[in-house]
Amino acid sequence: MQMVSTDIAIVGAGGAGLRAAIAAAEHNPSLRIALISKVYPMRSHTVAAEGGAAGVIKAGDSLDDHFNDTVAGGDWLSDQDAVELFVETAPKELTQMERWGCPWSRQEDGHVAVRPFGGMKMERTWFATDKTGFHLLHTLFQTSLKYPPIQRFDEYYCIDLVVIDGRCEGVVALEMRTGKLILFQAPAVIIATGGAGRIFPFTTNGAANTGDGMALAYRRGVPLKDMEFVQYHPTGLPGTGILITEAARGEGGILVNKDGYRYLQDYDLGPPDPWPRKKAMELGPRDRLSQAFWQEQQKGRTVAWPSGDVVHLDLRHLGEKKIDARLPLVRELSSTYENVDPVREPIPVRPVVHYTMGGIDTDINTATPLSGLFAAGECACVSINGANRLGSNSLTEILVFGARAGRAAAEYRAGNDDRPKESELRRQATKPRSRIANLMQGDGKEQVSVLRREMNTAMESGAGIYRSEDSLQSTCETLEALCRRYANLELQDKSNVYNTDLIQALELGAMLDVARTIAVSALGRTESRGSHQRLDHVERDDGNFLTHSMARFQEGNEPQLKYKPVTITKSQPAQRVYGGAAK
Amino acid sequence: MSRETIELVVFRYNPETDCEPAYQRYQIPYHHDWLVLDALNYVKDHLDRSLSYRWSCHMAVCGSCGMMINGEPTLTCKAFVRDYADSIRIEPLANFPVERDLIVNQDDFMSKLASVKPYIIDTDDVPLSEGEELQTPAELAVFDQYTGCINCLLCYSACPQYSLSADFIGPAALTLAHRYNIDSRDDGFRQREERVGSDDGVWQCSFVGACSEVCPKGVDPAAAIQQGKITSAAHYFKKHLMPWSDS
Repeated sequence: MQMVSTDIAIVGAGGAGLRAAIAAAEHNPSLRIALISKVYPMRSHTVAAEGGAAGVIKAGDSLDDHFNDTVAGGDWLSDQDAVELFVETAPKELTQMERWGCPWSRQEDGHVAVRPFGGMKMERTWFATDKTGFHLLHTLFQTSLKYPPIQRFDEYYCIDLVVIDGRCEGVVALEMRTGKLILFQAPAVIIATGGAGRIFPFTTNGAANTGDGMALAYRRGVPLKDMEFVQYHPTGLPGTGILITEAARGEGGILVNKDGYRYLQDYDLGPPDPWPRKKAMELGPRDRLSQAFWQEQQKGRTVAWPSGDVVHLDLRHLGEKKIDARLPLVRELSSTYENVDPVREPIPVRPVVHYTMGGIDTDINTATPLSGLFAAGECACVSINGANRLGSNSLTEILVFGARAGRAAAEYRAGNDDRPKESELRRQATKPRSRIANLMQGDGKEQVSVLRREMNTAMESGAGIYRSEDSLQSTCETLEALCRRYANLELQDKSNVYNTDLIQALELGAMLDVARTIAVSALGRTESRGSHQRLDHVERDDGNFLTHSMARFQEGNEPQLKYKPVTITKSQPAQRVYGGAAK
Repeated sequence: MSRETIELVVFRYNPETDCEPAYQRYQIPYHHDWLVLDALNYVKDHLDRSLSYRWSCHMAVCGSCGMMINGEPTLTCKAFVRDYADSIRIEPLANFPVERDLIVNQDDFMSKLASVKPYIIDTDDVPLSEGEELQTPAELAVFDQYTGCINCLLCYSACPQYSLSADFIGPAALTLAHRYNIDSRDDGFRQREERVGSDDGVWQCSFVGACSEVCPKGVDPAAAIQQGKITSAAHYFKKHLMPWSDS
């Protein structure tokens, strides 16, 4: 097996991975950094983020306000030391992106402009029209080209971590172009592979978001934290799940049901006027808005649309000029994919799986419990997002914690000069080799696409916006059966060059493992908090569940669940208040 | 006319088993709201798992799924089957070496992009603590359109010059070089000009404008390159006729 010797291996080259690579290269230009990704950096799903990135910059705003909004938005499940650090670092990171050329939208006086976002008390979301993720990703990617220490390995799929004597010492990856396995020897490894939305059938996530990095860490004993918390974004296009940004409501858009009624006022988010108003109505948090849709649907007050029930997102009162200046992508997407021009008609929307709040357990420095392994971005759980992430905190999170991971890994590398013997490294690499061989030679009857569809269906029906013991139990059983059937896969494609049948099989394996942590963690949490709503346990239960769930891998078995206390510094759990009474 | 099925005629090539490419036909159900990408995914999931192609976002922003549809460079996630006749021909992007099936080799673009230094080169070095650099909406508007490139490479596929001359830096990379050159925060023009104004740069463009016609994001690389020629010429004359000048 070919071996690449490097100082830091970064798995994933989206926003968090690129930011980590640059931070490591700046921290110590003599390091060798391998940036390994299954897609070219600019294809990573950061590209699809739209509305903006939160960071306190305007007069009248404060770090305390950003902290309080984030902690309440997360229903007090966030670790508050991490949130303090996050809000404090956010403006610096966003300013750094400005210096690197991000085309932030501007005020007339040349200062960066900010817009309101859901659950945020003040305008603090920096934006580049409604293509903020796209611009951040391309700015980071293009900027990364000026750092010689960063060596890219585009279209390499990571199969396993190399762990020797309790320390992470590298990764094994499949070069998709040739089918060769490559052993990356690296004393420090950062996982930055993004989310796992493709576990669900209806998602804003691209095909790449299959939870690969979460599964890598999990199978090597690192717990996945708070996996039951899956965010439904309230406004996706009904046929495709394409995201219509929250910025559409930040700019003044309203949500109405089939009677033209702003139904959010019936769910403790009103009164509707004056509008727009922060932390009220359409600018409430995403969990509450998606739950309100479900309730409206139960009452038969949603709109029937060919591809399912919807409500209407009405932007017409904003006018063509403002829509084109602030929301050009919303207009393009809605016109292209739903044949609806928001200047003239309301956009049909419904909730859609968007974000995994949970992820690889890390501390505030992005270190995982496995020595030498770090994680940042959506694949990780620090946790700043708690039980529900506020819109525009995630783009900032990939910058703040991506940079932190790069520096932490560089420092860790500096203190670790012992290298394992090459023979031991190679011995470690035999397991992934046989895994690939087994998959390629499998002669079972099962197909990737069939199992994937059944997994998707089980997750939506049992672990969606509202859950119950029965629904989750049934999902857990289906997933267990799917894992057994997975061992019986047959690949039709036996070739080495760009074998996407094989890659999809590996992705499915990762998704099944991650899906089980979602379902089992959701079953274990017998309370309702943030995005996790139990029809059979409707109240929040701080006495028993002001804790992070920790799902640990057990070979051939269900994940083992344990709990870990939440870190509280200055905000004691209280009622989440939105609408007229919000502060 | 109601259609129940349509036919995809798909370019197939596996370097390990095939001496030369061949076309394979697939009959698939017709859905009014399907994209060409959805049709390919149907083939992959139901008919032929050995078909290889790239895709991810399904919303025309990641730039992965560019292919030739009936001979035109197109994002398959932005093209609806309803807009084509009953048989649709799908091939890998023209002007690139084919790796397998619909997957092309993009190394050439990646190295050309890096060669034009597509990042801010700022000689002032003001500390970060002094906050953001001011830029008015009017200054942003000068280059904003050229920031929209998603690197999908349709423009290289459409470019007659790139098909003749593999050394040509090409539309997307030249557009991004220009985007930084005209950003009010940048001082890197002279560094980029060595490459952009070279024999491989803007002067190779014969201004056919095919790049702008196929661009799925309305970036207009042809305009960027023409503007690039003007600044490049001005720089040339200044350098040679007024060597004492500083720009």
